[in-house]
Amino acid sequence: MRIPVETYTLPNGLRVQLSQDHATPVVAVNLWYHVGSANERAGRTGFAHLFEHMLFQGSAQVAANEHFELVQRAGGTLNGSTWLDRTNYYETLPSHQLELALWLEADRMARLLPAMTQEKLDTQRDVVKNERRWSVDNQPYGTWWERLPALCFPPEHPFHHSLIGSMEDLSAASLEDVAAFFRTYYTPDNAVLTIAGDFDEAEARAMVERHFGAIPRGAGRPALPDMSLPPTFGGWRREVVPDAVVAPRLFLAFRVPPAGDEAWYAASMLGAVLGMGAGSRLPHRLVREQQLASDAGAYTFDLTKGSDLLICDVTARPGVSAERLEAAVVAEVDRLIAEGVTAEERERALALLETSWVAGLQSAGGRADKLSQFATYRGDPSLVNDEPARHAAVSLEAMAAFARARLGADNRATLLYVPQAAAAEAA
Amino acid sequence: MSAPTRPMPGAPRPYEFPAVHRETLANGLRLVVAPMPRLPLVTVLALVDAGAATEARHEEGVAALTARALAEGTGALDGAAVTARFERLGTAFDATADWDSSVARLTVTTSRLEEAFALFAEVVQAPSFPAADVARLRDERLADLAQQLAEPRGLADERFEGFLYAAASRYARAAGGTAPHVAALDDAAVRAFHAAHYGPASTTLILVGDVTPAAARAMAERRFGAWRSAARPAAPLTAATARGGRRVVVVEKADAPQSELRVGHVGVPRMHPDHLPLVVMNGILGGLFSSRINLNLRERHAFTYGASSGFDWRRGPGPFVVSTAVKSEVTARAVEEILREIDGMRAAPPAADEVALATDYLAGVFPIRYESTSSVAGALAGATMFGLPEDWFARYRERIRAVTPADVHRVAQAHLDPSRLLVLAVGDAPVIAGPLESLGLGAVERFTSEQDPAEGSDA
Repeated sequence: MRIPVETYTLPNGLRVQLSQDHATPVVAVNLWYHVGSANERAGRTGFAHLFEHMLFQGSAQVAANEHFELVQRAGGTLNGSTWLDRTNYYETLPSHQLELALWLEADRMARLLPAMTQEKLDTQRDVVKNERRWSVDNQPYGTWWERLPALCFPPEHPFHHSLIGSMEDLSAASLEDVAAFFRTYYTPDNAVLTIAGDFDEAEARAMVERHFGAIPRGAGRPALPDMSLPPTFGGWRREVVPDAVVAPRLFLAFRVPPAGDEAWYAASMLGAVLGMGAGSRLPHRLVREQQLASDAGAYTFDLTKGSDLLICDVTARPGVSAERLEAAVVAEVDRLIAEGVTAEERERALALLETSWVAGLQSAGGRADKLSQFATYRGDPSLVNDEPARHAAVSLEAMAAFARARLGADNRATLLYVPQAAAAEAA
Repeated sequence: MSAPTRPMPGAPRPYEFPAVHRETLANGLRLVVAPMPRLPLVTVLALVDAGAATEARHEEGVAALTARALAEGTGALDGAAVTARFERLGTAFDATADWDSSVARLTVTTSRLEEAFALFAEVVQAPSFPAADVARLRDERLADLAQQLAEPRGLADERFEGFLYAAASRYARAAGGTAPHVAALDDAAVRAFHAAHYGPASTTLILVGDVTPAAARAMAERRFGAWRSAARPAAPLTAATARGGRRVVVVEKADAPQSELRVGHVGVPRMHPDHLPLVVMNGILGGLFSSRINLNLRERHAFTYGASSGFDWRRGPGPFVVSTAVKSEVTARAVEEILREIDGMRAAPPAADEVALATDYLAGVFPIRYESTSSVAGALAGATMFGLPEDWFARYRERIRAVTPADVHRVAQAHLDPSRLLVLAVGDAPVIAGPLESLGLGAVERFTSEQDPAEGSDA
């Protein structure tokens, strides 16, 4: 199973990936900009994501909200998302509508600023504040995805601060910020464009040239600071959060090498052994056998700069104390360090990863996003095809050695949510 | 640099939904096969005519618990061994129950299909339902319920249907069952439900992906051919009574920064002849990003991150509901705008261009929705459950495109009824109750999050 891919680069620096598949008359356009919350300046947390909203507010030839309307009218789906170190925009359409998506993406890459107004910024600022209320502030455990990076990365590190941003910083964002961010980061030489699905290669190349060829290269970007960190936390970090929740929830994080490093694949495999599928260790032991947890999993964040995180994410049954929950999770990690992984567990993990890999190839949008991801992070989209083999290359010995080196008490961070009522009783 | 102008579309390329083969085995089991040979992947799905809608009051939640407990053991294998065997084959067995059916499914690579299918067949036909495992799953459901009710969105969804339907209706309480009923369930109840409802006469087996109809038939004969059972489909629930007319309810959540809003009334059954015009009407009203309600509440007023409307399609009349979460201070104004859009939908036919936005979208995304084996299997399960005509998928796009502005206007007038709207907000009562009261929709009734309207009588 391989995703076919042709790559080339326009003179302005835009990297293009083409991946044909004619099984169904559907085509996906996927654009990754190599910019995320890590690139925000002090006092502007949340700006990269607010900026993503502004990209749907029109451009020189596209009216506000017309981007959504035109794609939906064409029978397509679309969205965008912001992450710590990248922002993506994507459309999937009936294949004869390919050029519409390219035109829309090119118009906003080339000519966004003429369409920007204070009113649009104010509206999207309020929309994003509502997004924050909805996904973070008014949601049990909703703050975890800003508290955990803050706990695991030192202040001043680009991954430390909140991606959704503080209300105060969102209020401070100005049209000047929009213009500066656009000119600095939304340039063809800071982007990769992938087209996947049912298209003619010569036609697609001509369309890409027509719409993106004349967009000027950027004037350069400030480099991210050195993001490397010591291989471990150097201790056991801890934060306990009383919250309006009915049961404790534990995030136990470990610092691991950046995604894509040779050593990272052992972390990814250990994540699958610990928490992929109901038969993996944490669900098997804590949900089925001990019945302390209602939900348990483990995963990597897949960060590619400096270091990544491996996270055990376990929610207690109501009535189970936070201390008991944490002790049980830690016991499983300690057992992994002491005993390593069995051959059967490794086979199980590889089989699940293989099915998930093949299933992920089914949609044009899914293939396009993977190719953009590997082009952005690894410099070569075809490396995506090596992922199953690189996981399979991790030996039992390598997993055991990784667990001993990286999952110990000198490299743990506990983020523990406790019900407010229980916290008050304990006080 | 001169900017290229908006391009014209090319010529549409032909699309066909995967060909569907249907047959019935000698024991009455129906088999549906849709080959999609592009990738070495197969989705196997068993649709059982055994949903939550027909549960008696004392056994509410049993359909969902039975489905979840299927994989807890069969023959000599216990639940852990079943899970381990499926996962070594690279697959996860999943089974759930909704209002109208129970569904077991897995997706597996072709080389492991035969072995996975054999185990799939065993757990569906002959689950052992160990008492301790059923009790554990029951307690997990109770834990999930507690989590859901602590979450403003989950609480709003749950309470909306509780206040909407008469307590005598099964629809008043969650399909998975509510705490008082679930707590009383055990392995005997699960075993009885399985015996009464799971059998060849009530089951359709669906295989989609890298498999031929002949191979699928041979496998089905080998693994399901000897299945005998007296189980029969239950008579479906087709009616559901609303609690009453217009009502404004606030469920208190102290200091909430947002109100979770639900506005709607009892809708229509899936098989109502107005189904497709209603889908188009809803797309215009609140179903699409570019819909009236979302553009109003999000892009014009910035009250919310998003707002949408929808009909929950069931054999019986499921709810029609507008859902959003808005900043507390603007709760009443958001309700006003939602009512304005519902009135507007009824007042005049939409422009042809607006109807085309919805119909072109719905027809266009059809192939995009069905790129995966699991989505095609799910669609075929729905079509089977509702008894849709065999040409449903083949003709879906032309039927959608045939819907006119006059159709949309007619079904809006027939099926949207402002006089019956239930307005429910989960939020900071001291901030939102006064402004809601001044809308003049009726007295605001305040409830705590613990008060469950559906557990009492209707008196």
